[in-house]
Amino acid sequence: MALATEQETPVGDTVERPGRLREFWFYFRENRGAVFGLWIFLGFLFIAIFAPLLAPYDPAEQFRGAFLQPPVWQEGGDWRFPLGTDMVGRDMLSRLLHGAQYSFFVGVVVVVVAASGGITVGLIAGFAPTWIDTIIMRIMDVILAFPSLLLALVLVAILGPSLTNAMIAIAIVLQPHYVRLTRASVMSELSKDYVTSARVAGAGRLRLMFVTVLPNCLAPIIVQAALSFSTAILDAAALGFLGMGAQPPTPEWGTMLADAREFILRAWWIVTFPGLAILVTVLAINLMGDGLRDALDPKLKRS
Amino acid sequence: MIGFILRRLLTFLPTFVGVTIISFAFIRMLPGDPIIVMAGERGMSDERYAELQAQFGFDRPLLEQYGEYVWGVLQGDLGESFVTKRPVWDEFFTLFPATLELSLCAMIFAVALGLPAGVIAAVNRGKFFDRALMSTALVGYSMPIFWWALLLIILFSGVWGITPVSGRISLLYFFDTPTGFMLIDSWLSGQEGAFGSAVNHLVLPTIVLGTIPLAVIARQTRSAMLEVLSEDYIRTARAKGLAPARVTGVHALRNAMIPVITVIGLSVGTLLAGAILTETIFSWPGIGKWMVDSIYRRDYPVVQGGLLLIAVMVMIVNLTVDVLYGFINPKIRKT
Repeated sequence: MALATEQETPVGDTVERPGRLREFWFYFRENRGAVFGLWIFLGFLFIAIFAPLLAPYDPAEQFRGAFLQPPVWQEGGDWRFPLGTDMVGRDMLSRLLHGAQYSFFVGVVVVVVAASGGITVGLIAGFAPTWIDTIIMRIMDVILAFPSLLLALVLVAILGPSLTNAMIAIAIVLQPHYVRLTRASVMSELSKDYVTSARVAGAGRLRLMFVTVLPNCLAPIIVQAALSFSTAILDAAALGFLGMGAQPPTPEWGTMLADAREFILRAWWIVTFPGLAILVTVLAINLMGDGLRDALDPKLKRS
Repeated sequence: MIGFILRRLLTFLPTFVGVTIISFAFIRMLPGDPIIVMAGERGMSDERYAELQAQFGFDRPLLEQYGEYVWGVLQGDLGESFVTKRPVWDEFFTLFPATLELSLCAMIFAVALGLPAGVIAAVNRGKFFDRALMSTALVGYSMPIFWWALLLIILFSGVWGITPVSGRISLLYFFDTPTGFMLIDSWLSGQEGAFGSAVNHLVLPTIVLGTIPLAVIARQTRSAMLEVLSEDYIRTARAKGLAPARVTGVHALRNAMIPVITVIGLSVGTLLAGAILTETIFSWPGIGKWMVDSIYRRDYPVVQGGLLLIAVMVMIVNLTVDVLYGFINPKIRKT
């Protein structure tokens, strides 16, 4: 793949890239579920970006005299509030649309933090002498020994409950997966000829790590990024649900569910919609993740 | 084989040390003065402060404190709860059977449905049934289980009124709990309707906790079966004229079981994380709810001790799975 790109003219590089992208799309397109997931994800992205424009009301605006109003298709529903209102008279639709922003934000931040940290540590573990590698991997084992949600909960207890701290905690908990994955890929790449030739050609250690080896380890890492995007959304919602994530009145989907718990037997809509939003988003991302794996992982290709 | 087990034990040790360091550091990383945090008292005098400092050993070097902590842990001394004043160790083992009972039921539920679903999907690869099953599995895998629990409560308890919303058994029943397993204890008590009530309380939490493992097992079984089904010896078995059910059920499934067993073993951590949410929602008096409540109440010795015990438990289970795996598959022992 990247055999000779090191020393070649930039022309060879630019010619190769669209080909790879096209090949990727060719395989990705074959998985209809993945394409479906991609469309939903793009819709989610659209909502997250334009929520303030799309939402009819401010998410915190309370309408007195419209407490617990059912959705429009049910008796007592009103077109002013298509998905009904919650226990203090806030419009469900507006809150749900704004909630997409938080979930998307959580996903992006957690994946970026966990992946950049994890990849760096994984590269170091792969390149460093055995004793450093051993120390790093044992530390990762320690983090993995705790059930992820429990460790995140305890970290939030230390840092104090807020969405930012929840994101930090989730990123820390997810990071070892990237370290393991990167290290394993680096190990298998290091013995290949192109690495040796780059080394002989005089490439420095940093260049070897980031320019020569890393691009060839990216496929499984991208798949992991997609999967941890959905895990991050789920865990942040779970922390919000337990009162240890975003704090009310933030329209974060998990926090909304926590507020709605007392009303589950009286007003099904304030419980159903936020959870449905989480499920659809996570499902779409997982569908995409499956497609990414099929398209990027040569071992599973066409199997 | 013994060498293999010893090597695995050797990796267990540093992880154990790391886990104790984390739980030791936990109380010292909390915001505020650890002595005030530990004592849970307000407005104490300077003499009282010094007394507590000496009592908790905070006036000594950190390494010495850590050594003493580990020494205590090895003897089962994990401190006392602020709230109940009972040793954390005792509390853990009083509540543990509730979590174990729920987790076992969830696992049985997941395996009993997931294994056949995966096999059937693999045999009917690409057909409608396969697609439908695997789509359902992906939905289950993506499920926010706290929401799933609320939905089931709305349907089963709210609309149909068939299952209770919280607890392990109806308040009408009183009996000793020698084993801690409500199903067994209610059976032994001989009270009419007690066992039924226990089962009834167990249904929803079991479904909720078992959903994600069920989806994972179904997916894993399917992919393991697909791999095995393309092997030569399966073709040979078919060519011999064996019944298709025998080929898939005996020849293929037995070999596909190895990765599946690993997944089952490794989902103990998932189960415990799920138990935190499930137990909180259903007021199930187990380890998960205990941890969450202790965090809410700032009962830090409990959080510290529980964290350590849970991590050690997960590590022991993973180690056992590793060793069992080496037992089943000789190739692993070499690496």
